[in-house]
Amino acid sequence: MSCVEQMKYTILLEKTSFREAREYIEKNSDEVYYVEPGYKIFKDYYIIGVPPVAMGARGKELLFTYVKPCYGAFVMAIDSEEEIERLREREREKIMASLKKGGLKDKAEPGPASFGDMWKK
Amino acid sequence: MTQGKKALLVMGCPEVPVQMSIVLYLSNKLSKAGYDVTAAGTDAAVKLLKVSDPESHYVQKTADLDQIISDVVEKKIDFDLCFVFMHSDAGMTYGATFSAISKARLFAVIFGKNAEELANTVDYPAEKIMAKATHNPNPLKIKVDKVVL
Repeated sequence: MSCVEQMKYTILLEKTSFREAREYIEKNSDEVYYVEPGYKIFKDYYIIGVPPVAMGARGKELLFTYVKPCYGAFVMAIDSEEEIERLREREREKIMASLKKGGLKDKAEPGPASFGDMWKK
Repeated sequence: MTQGKKALLVMGCPEVPVQMSIVLYLSNKLSKAGYDVTAAGTDAAVKLLKVSDPESHYVQKTADLDQIISDVVEKKIDFDLCFVFMHSDAGMTYGATFSAISKARLFAVIFGKNAEELANTVDYPAEKIMAKATHNPNPLKIKVDKVVL
């Protein structure tokens, strides 16, 4: 039994498919972050899922998928500002890494001055 | 040469009878080919396995599924081959997880009455071994025998 089952949680969706669980999180969260399967939350729960695995923040609540072999996917919510902050920090690091690689360089270039300019390139 | 190589059998929910039969069959086949086999599953699946094979003739090592995932993610262990048994969306999801966390050559062993539909949802890198089998293991056994290890 993982630590998640011993915490104070709310089940928002139960015994569903992983796809539906992911869509629920995407539609019902204030912020959505994507992690890879195996992402660790709390003390010892490793996220089971089909990439991209959505995790949500809704106020203080962390929304995440929880999969049980015999029961399917669940969407659970647990109050955890710490885990939400960890997701935000991870996202900031990803953006910084992208900037260092020059990922946003192209986007920073000025756009065409007119519709005709679009075809000059 | 397979000596010293490791294989993992990931059992799904044990409610479909063919699973246990094929797990024992495949474990025996892999062991004879020189693989060190571990079968991982829920508490119920592991209990079914141990009662079916009380003297560990076919499966020498068993493990808790959550613990194996933890150990693979933390890079404490990995396998050369990984067979994920699935007859439901949850099983397919576990397959996707192993595809992401392990470097093993991955096989999706798909069975049950909705095997074809389920096989269509396996869009991650895995070799599919599929048969619409629930009670009779032979259609799945034939597919397993065609796998070149």
